[in-house]
Amino acid sequence: MIEQQYPMMAPVFEALIALLLVGGGIFGIIGSYGLLKLREPMQRLHAPTKASTIGVGTALVASAFGVLFEGHGISWHEVLVAAFMLLTAPISALFMAKVHLYQTIDPSSLPPTGVSRAWATLERDAEPALEDDASGNLTIR
Amino acid sequence: MIATALDIALGCFAFAILLNLMHLFRAPTVVDRIIALDTMVVNGIAILVLYGVTVASTLNFEVAILMAMTGFLSTVAFCKFLLRGSIIE
Repeated sequence: MIEQQYPMMAPVFEALIALLLVGGGIFGIIGSYGLLKLREPMQRLHAPTKASTIGVGTALVASAFGVLFEGHGISWHEVLVAAFMLLTAPISALFMAKVHLYQTIDPSSLPPTGVSRAWATLERDAEPALEDDASGNLTIR
Repeated sequence: MIATALDIALGCFAFAILLNLMHLFRAPTVVDRIIALDTMVVNGIAILVLYGVTVASTLNFEVAILMAMTGFLSTVAFCKFLLRGSIIE
């Protein structure tokens, strides 16, 4: 499509897509190497959640524009995958950080929460449990 | 030019998966193993998509979406299990 409409632009687009592909691969390697090399667990969380996401996103953008040469227009599948990954990467990073906090932090070193509950990451029974009271009705504890 | 770049990118992501595997075996904590698995899924999605471009197939994107969903869900389930002792309360 591009080649027919803009014959002069085709080499430029090709070079751009090749650059995106190589750049994405390098970002992927940086993320995994950082995971291997950084010292603290919370530093190690940074490398894959940012660099690898960027690497995959770049590869997906290259793939989305790469099919322009086959005459189909932009492929929207890749945009869907990229959007899903950009949405879910911070959530999984937050969960992993919470697991690290839960396993390493000393609860007595934390400031008081100011409410009757403990810190949400550290408490075991955050959900109000249903219990039988004396009259046999289920009530929220 | 694009074919060469595709080969380079595929090699990069394959090497990244090898690095993740290395980290999976020598990780000091449980969190590191979860991070390594999560990153392996991410790199696997990249390899799937790039392979789909190589063979000019559109079937790989559905697989990539499924893999992204199951990868995210498994990460959250691992973390939830470690945090709370159960996955669905």
